[in-house]
Amino acid sequence: MQYVVDGLLIGCVYGLAAMGMTLIWGVMDVINMAHGVLIALGSFGMYLLFTNLGINPYLGVVLAGAGGLLLGIGIYRVAIRRVLDTSHLSTLLATFAVNMILVGLGTAAFSTNPRAVDVNLGSLTIGSVTVQTTRLVAALASILIAGALYLFLNRTSPGKFIRAITNNRNAAEIVGIHSQRMLALSFGLGCMLATLAGGLIATFFPFSILSGDTYQVKSFIIVVLGGLGNPLGALVGGLILGLLEGIVPAFLPISWVPVIEFVLFILILIVKPTGLFGGKE
Amino acid sequence: MSILKVDGVTKSFGGLRALTNVSFDLPEGQILGLIGPNGAGKTTFFNVISGVYPPSEGRITFRDQDITGKKPYDLAHLGIARTHQIVRPLNELTVRENVMTGACFGRENKNLNQAGEIADQVMAFVGLAGHSERLAGSLNVAEKKRLELARALAARPYLLLLDEVLAGLNQSEIDIMIGAIRAVRSQGVAIILIEHVMRATMSLSDRLIVLNHGEQIAEGTPSEILNNQQVIEAYLGDPELAKRLMESEQGHGNS
Amino acid sequence: MKPRGSPGLWLILAGVLTVSLFPVVSDNAAMREVLFSVLLAITLASSLNIILGYTGYISFGHVVFFGLGGYVGLYLISAYGASLWVALPAAGAAGALLAFLLGKAILRLRGSFFALATIGVNEAMRALFNNLPRFGGSTGIALNFSVYEAYGGATRALWLAYGLMIALTLAILLISYRTKTSKFGLGLMAIREDEDAAEVLGVVTPTAKTWAYVLSAIMPAMAGVLYYFKNSSIEPNDAFQLSFSIELLVMVMLGGSGTVLGPVLGAAGYQLLRNSLLISPFFKNSQLVVSGVVLLLIILFIPVGAVGWLRRRFPRLRKTLI
Repeated sequence: MQYVVDGLLIGCVYGLAAMGMTLIWGVMDVINMAHGVLIALGSFGMYLLFTNLGINPYLGVVLAGAGGLLLGIGIYRVAIRRVLDTSHLSTLLATFAVNMILVGLGTAAFSTNPRAVDVNLGSLTIGSVTVQTTRLVAALASILIAGALYLFLNRTSPGKFIRAITNNRNAAEIVGIHSQRMLALSFGLGCMLATLAGGLIATFFPFSILSGDTYQVKSFIIVVLGGLGNPLGALVGGLILGLLEGIVPAFLPISWVPVIEFVLFILILIVKPTGLFGGKE
Repeated sequence: MSILKVDGVTKSFGGLRALTNVSFDLPEGQILGLIGPNGAGKTTFFNVISGVYPPSEGRITFRDQDITGKKPYDLAHLGIARTHQIVRPLNELTVRENVMTGACFGRENKNLNQAGEIADQVMAFVGLAGHSERLAGSLNVAEKKRLELARALAARPYLLLLDEVLAGLNQSEIDIMIGAIRAVRSQGVAIILIEHVMRATMSLSDRLIVLNHGEQIAEGTPSEILNNQQVIEAYLGDPELAKRLMESEQGHGNS
Repeated sequence: MKPRGSPGLWLILAGVLTVSLFPVVSDNAAMREVLFSVLLAITLASSLNIILGYTGYISFGHVVFFGLGGYVGLYLISAYGASLWVALPAAGAAGALLAFLLGKAILRLRGSFFALATIGVNEAMRALFNNLPRFGGSTGIALNFSVYEAYGGATRALWLAYGLMIALTLAILLISYRTKTSKFGLGLMAIREDEDAAEVLGVVTPTAKTWAYVLSAIMPAMAGVLYYFKNSSIEPNDAFQLSFSIELLVMVMLGGSGTVLGPVLGAAGYQLLRNSLLISPFFKNSQLVVSGVVLLLIILFIPVGAVGWLRRRFPRLRKTLI
């Protein structure tokens, strides 16, 4: 039971990270290969604010998120906009190039040594299950943010514009929606979700500039599981993956977890590429 | 012999009925015009015949062989070729290479050398000989349409499906195409023609089928169709125009 | 129609062979090592080009064939005392088999999905080999130095591996050229340009794609054997390094995807640039950033790569710049 709860909690945060990727993929058919490093930068952002300026870690997460939004918009304008509708290869490599640049800069600035943020909120015990409060808070924050994203996409004007351009960009432009602004905003939001997740992860796991890679690959799996462009699906996909990671070590050595994850990934791609909950093709 | 026999073909996409119970027979060497308002299901029909997707119901027989549900490449090998409404040139290949693919992978399965010779002939036939080494992506719309046609012809098919091959062309370009289509027919190729350019369609087609909302509302010779009340209401609109078209069709005769 | 092999092909082959012979002639082991890595890059990039440049399928995890080949080769050598002459074809066959099976499973996926699937496959293989005790688990396989005795000692073994690498490189260049100028290649390029239109034209796409993928897997697998034979050990994180796959993609794009010459120039250029940059302390730290910037600039401004750009700029040279 302990495993299940732990898995679900961390699954929420995985889901949050994956939501960023699925949003971008759904809106503009771009796979953000810089997703992982953005998660890592989110962790670092929160860490620096906490360690150097004494800012409350959770406030630091929010600020890191804001930074992610701005950085994302910048990345879109510089690297993505020009190649947006050319070919999958171009956008893949463009975001990958951004990844290389950010990892390189990050390594130069922070080296590859792991860092940790000491956030101790104690733990809660319910019945036979003991939960670290930081993990609980992170999970709750993830769900809150997911809810906020849902409200944003469905109840606000920019959100509706984003849904419009996802659906049919040409038609949206004809009715006067400024698609480039919306695309930039969407990319920014996707990056923001990544940095928020990174900040939250840093409250209970150590991290380095390279740790984002693992989360990026997990995000791929979750996005496909949950359905392309489906943020709710990403959250549920994250829960499933978290659950898997929690339960499998009870039966197999932990080094088998990646194998199972990837086999699952490939199977889903083959059997139901639209994901368990449906999404774009 | 009957080249194509379509029997009760119906196609649904989820809840949407795109085609309902379309049936007809197409003998060798005949030009069949397929007309109807936009969204009537004409291109869907072509997609079903060329194997892009299978029909939901019904059967399609090609030269006495049941081809229902076969893949596009199998149908190409049997001798069906088509052009697309929105042209699909192989952009980074030259015009010559484009036409060669038709000959290489179509019914006759030619090797590169033979395909090259056929390509040269076909390019001359459609008037693209001077553009042979240009990249297909650099052609203008009219040239790309001719390329579509050339690619389909290079396969020397038994059945040619032409999807709005005249759209966007000016009058002299249309006349050239009409001549080409007639020449193809005289070589024994059966042709189904989707067109909105009425004068050309009426003058080219031996028979017409009219689709509206996926249903076959009329079938017959051009003059029968022009006089058909249902067709006029659904598509041609103005009975006076219908009369004028008929007169002009009789006037142009068989040029 | 065309004369046997275009002048461009002979130029490339002659060029590669001539440069490769420098270290042999001058008995320079250091130069040999540099050129080995260049030839390795050329072989891998040219192989990737078959599925990526000719067929248009983005293989992000192509290194999986390299790693698998290395493992199969070293396993046969260490566990069964097999010689290189057995290990090489065995690895090639293993790579081909993996590509064949994978092809059946994932080639039906388009665009980004296929790319992701290849990443998944590579990561799965890495995780798998990490867990298999037969292949040494996370420690991998290490060759006993006595293995080299069969080849006349370690030095001669290294030279032998180098010679074989030259042979592999020349072979892949010939294969690449033959593919490009064959009917099979025309079908692949039709798939690349417009897969649906290619099907309507009669290209049997599932078969064509599978063969392209198989063809693109054989040389990397064999190259893997040579590389890890020289290295005398192999371990999972090194054998299935995703970043190496990405570097191969960069090489193909840099030089010009879909051409025979492109991967050669791209691989050679990238490797030499990388080596020379690594010497300077400043660039050593910023290597990743510099590579990233270069890649981004290419993607944004010259996506057709060096050879593509040259072909557009000098149409007369098209027959040579194949």
